[in-house]
Amino acid sequence: MSTVQFTFDGVTYHGNKGEPLSAALLRNGIKVVTESSYRYRPRGVIGLGYEEPCALVQIDSGSGEPMVPATRIELVDGLVVRSLAGVGDLPNQIDKARYDKTFKHVDVLVIGAGLSGLKAAQKAANSGKSVIILDDQFQPGGYVSDLNEKIDSKLINSLKKNNVTHLQRTTAIGLYDQNYVVAIERRTDHLSSEILPEMSRMRTWHIRAKEIILATGAFQRVLVFPNNDRPGIMLSHAAATYLHKYRVGTFKTGVVVTVDDFGYQDAIRIHKSGVKVQAIVDIRKKVTGKLLDQVRKLGIEVILGATIVDSTADQSGSLNSVLVAETNLNGQITGTRREIKTDLLAVSGGWTPTVHLATYLNLKPIWDKKVAAFVMPKLPKNIKATGFANGEFDKVTNPPALFFGIIPEGEDAKVSFIDLQRDANVRDLRRAVGAGLTSVEHIKRYTTIGTAHDQGKTSGTTTMGLLGQLIKKEPHEVGTLTFRPPYIGVPFSALAGRDLGILSDPIRTTPIHSSHLLAKAPMEDVGQWKRPWYFPIEKENMHDSVLRECKAAREDVAVMDASTLGKIDIQGPDAGIFLDRIYTNMFSSLKVGSSRYGLMCGVDGMVFDDGVTTRIAEDRFLMTTTTGGAAKVLDWLEEWLQTEWPELNVYCTSVTEHWSTVAIVGPKSRNLLAKLAPNLDVSNEAFPFMENRYAEVAGIPARIARISFSGELAYEINIEAWYGLHIWQEVMKKGREFNIAAYGTETMHVLRAEKGFVIVGQETDGTQTPQDLGMDWIVSKKKDFIGKRSFSRTDTAREGRHQLVGLLPLDNKTLLPEGSYIVNEGDSKNEGKLSHIGYVTSSYSSSALSRTFALAMIADGRNRIGKFVEVPIGNSVARVKIVDSVFFDKENTRRDG
Amino acid sequence: MLLINCPWCGPRDETEFHYGSEAHIGYPEKPEELTDKQWAEYIFYRNNPKGWFAERWVHNVGCRRWFNIWRNTVNHEFGPSYKPFTKQPSRPK
Ligand SMILES: [Zn+2]
Repeated sequence: MSTVQFTFDGVTYHGNKGEPLSAALLRNGIKVVTESSYRYRPRGVIGLGYEEPCALVQIDSGSGEPMVPATRIELVDGLVVRSLAGVGDLPNQIDKARYDKTFKHVDVLVIGAGLSGLKAAQKAANSGKSVIILDDQFQPGGYVSDLNEKIDSKLINSLKKNNVTHLQRTTAIGLYDQNYVVAIERRTDHLSSEILPEMSRMRTWHIRAKEIILATGAFQRVLVFPNNDRPGIMLSHAAATYLHKYRVGTFKTGVVVTVDDFGYQDAIRIHKSGVKVQAIVDIRKKVTGKLLDQVRKLGIEVILGATIVDSTADQSGSLNSVLVAETNLNGQITGTRREIKTDLLAVSGGWTPTVHLATYLNLKPIWDKKVAAFVMPKLPKNIKATGFANGEFDKVTNPPALFFGIIPEGEDAKVSFIDLQRDANVRDLRRAVGAGLTSVEHIKRYTTIGTAHDQGKTSGTTTMGLLGQLIKKEPHEVGTLTFRPPYIGVPFSALAGRDLGILSDPIRTTPIHSSHLLAKAPMEDVGQWKRPWYFPIEKENMHDSVLRECKAAREDVAVMDASTLGKIDIQGPDAGIFLDRIYTNMFSSLKVGSSRYGLMCGVDGMVFDDGVTTRIAEDRFLMTTTTGGAAKVLDWLEEWLQTEWPELNVYCTSVTEHWSTVAIVGPKSRNLLAKLAPNLDVSNEAFPFMENRYAEVAGIPARIARISFSGELAYEINIEAWYGLHIWQEVMKKGREFNIAAYGTETMHVLRAEKGFVIVGQETDGTQTPQDLGMDWIVSKKKDFIGKRSFSRTDTAREGRHQLVGLLPLDNKTLLPEGSYIVNEGDSKNEGKLSHIGYVTSSYSSSALSRTFALAMIADGRNRIGKFVEVPIGNSVARVKIVDSVFFDKENTRRDG
Repeated sequence: MLLINCPWCGPRDETEFHYGSEAHIGYPEKPEELTDKQWAEYIFYRNNPKGWFAERWVHNVGCRRWFNIWRNTVNHEFGPSYKPFTKQPSRPK
């Protein structure tokens, strides 16, 4: 065993490599590890594993980690930790360590590599099944290893087979339906206190097992009495293991208080380590057997029918003496107090099988009087439990007592702790009962017992026992606490694995993206797409930039990268019929080479998506969707084809990434197009609105569509994706003489809003019919289509629904915040009695209108046109006029240039 | 996370699928002849039984195909899966 250095609270100490930090702290005489969270009482090491409620530390070396039990840190050279009182700090640097995950299917998963788990794994392995055995301790062996006894090497070797994966330092944190287990493997913290770049620090295992064997062991319980939290008072199994296996020394004398025979075994181990055990205090009145003879032979006094009723501390706050008195099983002290000087009290309060994983399946543990504990629930047929986890506590000659401690009143109750991490005590429990609470789930929330990092691993059963005593019920009658995954604290980075930063979600960019970056256009996230928001010139802010871009589109020519629009290639002889059923308007009548705007609704008649669809050939359409809606629309089309209309011969393919689209918009766009495509007749007669032409644009074969989302004369140039950047650059170059400006999503929004064009997802939220949006014109009366029947439902056909209208603030500089609510005139002053008649959906400053304007959904909106309403903005109120939703060029005179 | 048996691809992780609610709810032949109540039942009303339930799933990031499958809503146990327009296997015991 090699000696290593570590730092605790800024002081350097030595310890043995590979031992628990808690052992090293004890050997260095550090009994007081921390203060308690709420009462600032000195606290020390209580346990041996993840049950530890008190000795929490913050790791500052390596990746850093808050709130780790010192009992679960394997000592390595250079480890830096500090004590913390229940609240950890998130490390403030980005964790440079790597984390990964793996997915496995196995025949048998054994959780716990104590003796029972190892044997179960051996049996499964010998039958040729694939096996994973995992265990959260540093070495296999569990309880037997704690006793410092050797595990039969044949047993360990029998697992060194190709069909067995044996993982130590791996904790199953969750058990889910279908035998699905998530486990965290700690791979490097025991090798180095620094981050190892070549190895992932933790690995998350996602395991599906045909059969699960729970060999998760058990936890010892605390006993409750006044001042039961002093450093030096430990669980007896932990105390004996620290002294006997890890040789921590530290303590001069010991007292064991017990409710079962384990206290005697632990007393013998403590005695063997060289610490004089003065007495075993056993609540049971009658005890027989070998163990009793053994301890008496060692000269240990056995005090029966008694327990510890108080303790005193030395100057550091650590244990100085315990007070022993005759006590009955109800916790009533019947005898006189006798003080025994000791710096160690080892508490054997009974064992609780670790049933957490099973309870994650919503199964309730069963109260077993024989072992005085909650044991495994009735398990599904492909999950079994074995060993301590299954309540198989062997070597027991005398049954354990059903005793959880004494329940004092007054000041003593305040220092009789049940949940040491939460500082929750008997007074809290009495108060909860006094307030009329009788369910342990209510008690938990009232007292916070069991709500700390350890979820009450050492205190849960004790709570139920004491509560039962207070309200005169058996422990199982008060119900059981609900444990929830994760079983231990897990860093988020371990769960994320490599799905971090740039890998957390795909980023989609258009082939023209590099040009937008060069132009220093700020980007807007639209789903996974990055879209240029606006194109500032020099130090322009967004407002000025957008006004300039809008002006260019209305007076000269402006260009936008529209490549992100969803595109779906729809082919097959029935494509036209199919689109007739999908869209509210007709598509089967569309001429080849023409485009049409379409609106689709859900079966509930609510607008779902929109876009322009072009008939490429008799049996082929190119549908465009909203940028964010593309995937959803493709799903929708395929769902109807597969599940309702399999007789239609139609195929849909996403081609969004196959085409780049460059939109040129504005009165001079025709002149620009003529320059770009010299062989194309661009006259209004030869190339009318809503038609398509194929021509070479800047030398590249293109499909040019004359469609407009701004009301201006406009064209969309569609080319194979990889020519996108080339076309964009050519458009910019040739457009210079027409004062071309590039524009982004913000200007696109302003231009369309000036024309009253809706954006699905901005004006709509899935509760608007086409009629609500004033788009009755697009709803066919001739054919059936998805959603049509819903338009005559009472609710959709009623008067007074929210309808799309325009808003003009009386002060023409006031910009109404999007999402603002709208109230009747004069209502803003009626505190608490507001008429909430609608909300603002879009709001902008307009260059063309020389003022601000907005779109809104208002109840019975169209009948209110011309009326005034109010929009509260912070502490002020904007007075606003309701107008038609089309603000600019109502007669559509600009469309043809 | 559940393991779901796509009738085309075999068992795959739940994250590859999207849920499609109750199976065997067909689009009405003549919606215009339905009362508001009947139409509302088609759009909004679905069974939510305790126990075995035939439901639709789509293997969204796999073969992208829809299918039906029996699932026990109590413990998420799956019964047989089957393709649309094929005979429904009997309710598992
Ligand atoms: Zn599939």
